[in-house]
Formats: sequence, structure tokens, C-alpha cells
Amino acid sequence: MLAYILRRSIYMIPILFGITVLTFVLFNMLSGDVAVRFAGKHATAEQVANVKSELGLDKTLPQQYVNYVKQIATFDYGRSWSTKQEVATMIKEGVGPTLSLTVIPFLASIVFCIGLALYAAYFRGTIFDKGIVVTCLGLMSISSLVYILALQYFFAYYLGTFPISGYDPSWTGRWAYLVLPWIILFVLTLGPNILVYRSVILDEAFQDYVRTARAKGLTTSAVFAKHILKNAMIPIITIIVIDMPFLITGSVLIENFFGIPGLGGMVVKSLWESDFPTIKALTVMTSIAYMFFNLLSDVLYSVVDPRIRLS
Amino acid sequence: MQAVTPNTFVAPLEKSAPMTPARNSLWWDAFRRLKRNKVAVVSFIVICFYVLISLGAKLGILFPNVAISDTANQYLPFSFEHPFGTDVLGRDILARAVHGAATALSVGLLASFISLVIGMTLGALAGYYGKWVDGLIVWLYTTIDSIPYILLIPALTFVLGRGLVNVFIAVGLTSWVTLARLIRGEFIKHKDRDYVMAAKVIGASDSRKIFRHILPNVTHLAFVQFGLGFVAAIKIEVILSYLGLGVDPSTPSWGIMLDDSKLELSRPFWGNLVAATIFMFGLILSFNLFNDALRDSLDPKLKNK
Repeated sequence: MLAYILRRSIYMIPILFGITVLTFVLFNMLSGDVAVRFAGKHATAEQVANVKSELGLDKTLPQQYVNYVKQIATFDYGRSWSTKQEVATMIKEGVGPTLSLTVIPFLASIVFCIGLALYAAYFRGTIFDKGIVVTCLGLMSISSLVYILALQYFFAYYLGTFPISGYDPSWTGRWAYLVLPWIILFVLTLGPNILVYRSVILDEAFQDYVRTARAKGLTTSAVFAKHILKNAMIPIITIIVIDMPFLITGSVLIENFFGIPGLGGMVVKSLWESDFPTIKALTVMTSIAYMFFNLLSDVLYSVVDPRIRLS
Repeated sequence: MQAVTPNTFVAPLEKSAPMTPARNSLWWDAFRRLKRNKVAVVSFIVICFYVLISLGAKLGILFPNVAISDTANQYLPFSFEHPFGTDVLGRDILARAVHGAATALSVGLLASFISLVIGMTLGALAGYYGKWVDGLIVWLYTTIDSIPYILLIPALTFVLGRGLVNVFIAVGLTSWVTLARLIRGEFIKHKDRDYVMAAKVIGASDSRKIFRHILPNVTHLAFVQFGLGFVAAIKIEVILSYLGLGVDPSTPSWGIMLDDSKLELSRPFWGNLVAATIFMFGLILSFNLFNDALRDSLDPKLKNK
């Protein structure tokens, strides 16, 4: 087991290299003359040169790349170009609001969707099952922007039940602002989650052990609750773990709309303000999180299912 | 899914001449099952309808005056003449939505075509040649897959600049991973099968084995992925355009309509939101339903179930 984790971790190194090269190429080489953009339209040649040396853009590309890797390794991404704050500090401050927003709907959606998926699978092929599947496809056919716009308008503007936007960093004050974003986030995840869980459960429902359990006289509901759910939980857990970076990225548009000062809103803002250090830092960090959770999911898979050998 | 009768249909020999598909082939079978599926047929008709109105808009038959603004008539309410009213510049919103369909379809089509070509080629090369070619391609797609698309695609369009073509490129360049992975897996399975060995024995070249022998056996995966990619690309275009990283603001797009509606809801003016939502819902739901039916009909395991 330990050897497997070690081997997988070593395999992450070339991927990490790929991610840094890709983001480096994207932001440092393809993005045109950043220094000119940064110094402003009317800057003199000297000012542009100053900005270049300040940003380290006067060095050769390999040197710039080494600096960039150093930044990632030391978690020191320099200062944001728009707010002049340390990017690392901004990210640390953004984690709290983002997790307050995403964790609860993430968990609620998992529980609710597994329940509904079991129900749909139990009644597979009937009108209930078809109704659930079509509703899910329908929910997924509406742009996430529409949910945000419509629900924000209806609940916050028209009914006035919740604040339209804003955030209170104190522990007790923040929840009032978060309820509506929670609801939206929950609704957004319903469609894809139910469909995935349902198909996983249905895959199990046709296995031989199900027939055996039925043959020895267990009722269908007992088979579902004891046998199918247990086995289906193995792929479901790994799906949940792979989805975990969603806790950071799932809120990009919602944070932007509701003015929540988290990482997702930071993504949009830094894109709008051409704030390269912040976009770079966020991209690299979430990518590393993706890699990590992928590894974790593979390891968990083998822990919960002894039939799977690690190779 | 409904009929339990086993497939006893045997093609008469003369019908399976090389140029016509054999009547019991996977494709023919899938087609027969799709034809029986009412939901699939209706979805297909709706998709055709969208294609027609998009072509009409592009050819200048439908709503040729979409771009002409008439600020005296801004924010007209819903009426017979303007079913969704007019927007801030006095443009007919129905016309914008129809032209937006053309934008959405072109993004879906071209972006998923780019990703289809890249995904099929790289997947086939990796699966067929193995060794370092495989290592390199797997490394490439794992890297791309590790960067969340919500960051990678905006970053790409940000770097490439605004515009319809750049949206195709950004989405196409980032969305081929799933297909490449699937095709690679199939090629690994197929390359040692008897029929490929037989082709090798009679002296078929690598490219002939890849394109003429193995590829036709895995195209059904590409079909399903193409549909899924299509839907994803349309959704991403809407979000990118909203973020100001998508198409040019002068191009009619559902994303830009939604962006406009953000400031109009408090008037209250609903035209842009309602029109963009209805048009998008119709297209994406039909695509989702059709994809679902297509996947089922192409899945040999579900045969006769």
C-alpha cells in the first residue's frame, strides 16, 4: 500500500511539471507584452523597462520559469497587480468564505441525491424513474447563470427574504448571506449527481450477488438497503472524492453574483482585472488539489474494496 | 429496451455488398432502435429545427435586421410584433435569440469537431503504439485534465483574446481528454485481436490498420462523446460570454443576453432572460435526451433488454 502511494506520488512529479509549464507558457509567453499593459498606455520606454525588471520579465525565459517554480514551492506568489496585496494572503483569506459557501450544499446534495438515486433505481423503468431522469436532464439544460439570476431576483429582490448580495466575515453574521447561495448551489448539483449515482446503483443492480440475495428470499428493499447500496458506495465514494476540488471551484459564478469574498469571486475578478499573479496562483493551486484528490480517490478505492489490487 | 424478441434478423447476402452497411451492423441496429424511441425522434426534430433557423439567420432569410438599433423603441413589452420585446438598443429580442442559436450551434459544432480530431488521433496513437508515445500522450492529457476547466478555458480565451474563433479553439483544445482516454482504451483492447493480426499478416501498414480496421470499431464512442461535447461547449460559451471572455459583444449570443438581463431585472424587464433561457433549454434538453437515447442504442450490452 505504502509503496503504491509512493509510486503514485512520484508519478505526480511529471504532471506537476506539465501544469507549471502549461501555465507558464499561457501566462508568460502567449499573453503579449504584459509590461506594456501593466505600465499603462502612455508609459515611456524607461517606465516599461522598470516595470519589466520589477516583474522579473527582463530575464531569460528559463530563468523566469525557475523563478516561477520557486514561487510555487515557497507559496510566495508575489503581490497582486490590482490590489497590491500579497497573493498568498489573499488566498488564505478567501478560503474561509468559499468553504462556508460550498461545504454544506456539497454534503446536503450528496445525501439527498443518493437517496433519490436509490429510489429511482428501485423503481427503474417505471414512471417515477423516468420522471426523475427527465427532470434531471431538464435541470441540467438550464444555464447556471439563469438559476442565479432568477433565484436572486425572486427571493432577494422581489420577496426580500434574503439579502441581495454581500458578506459579513464574522462567524455569526455570515450565514444570513449564505442561505440563498446554498440553495442555488444545491439545485445546480442535483441533476448531474442524481444521474451519476443512479447509473452506478443500476450497474450493481444487475450483478450476480443481487440475484443470489433475491433467490435466498430477501425482499427487494432489503437487497437495496444492505447489498446494493454497500457495493455502490465504493464507486460513489471515489466520485465524491474526485469532486472535492469543487469545494473551491464550484462557486465561481455564485461568489461573483453575491459578492462573497472567496476564491471563486477572486478568479472572476482577477480575470477581469488582468491580475496575472492571482490567476496563476489560483490555477496552479487548484490543479494541485485536483491531482491530490485524484490520488486520494484511487487509494481509497483500494482501501474500501479489498477485491481491487494495486498495480 | 422494450421488446424482448431476440434479434433473428439475418441480412440476405446480396444486401451486404461493400458499399451499403450490413443490415445487422451495429449502426443499422442502433438506427432501428433510435427510430422506435419516440423521445429520440422528437429531440432529433427539435435539433433539426434549431439547425434550420440558424441557417436561415446566417443566410439572411430570418431576421436580417438583427443588428439595427432603434433606441426610440427600447424595452418594448412583449407583443405580437416583438414576441420577447426589444432590448436596450431597441433590437428585437427574438431576432437576437435566433441569431444566438446560430452562434451556439457553431460553437458546439466547431469546438467538438476540434476536440474530436485531437481526441481520436491522440487516443489512437497512444493506444496503438504504446511505449513512449503512450507515455507522452497520457502525460499530456493528465496534465490538461488536472487544470480545472473553469480556470483553463477562461485563461486560454483571456490569452487568445475575445472572439468567436478563439472560443472554438479554447474549448476544443481543452475538451478532448475524455475521448482520447476512451479511444486509447479501445485501441489497446483491439490491437491484438485476430482481425488486426490478420490484416498485419496480409501486409497492412500501421496507418491502414489504425484507420481502416480499428477506427471503424470505435467510432460509436466518438459519436456519443461528440454529443456530450456539443452540449458542454454551448454551456461554456454562455458562461464565457457572460464573463466578457467569449464572443464579441456585437455578436448575438445567449450569454450576452443573460449578461444584459442582469441589469434589466430590476426595471423589471424580462425579455432577454426569458428568451435566452427558453432557446437554450430547448436545444440543450433535446441534445441531452438524444444523447441518452443514442448511447443506449449503441450499447450492445443493452441489446434486447
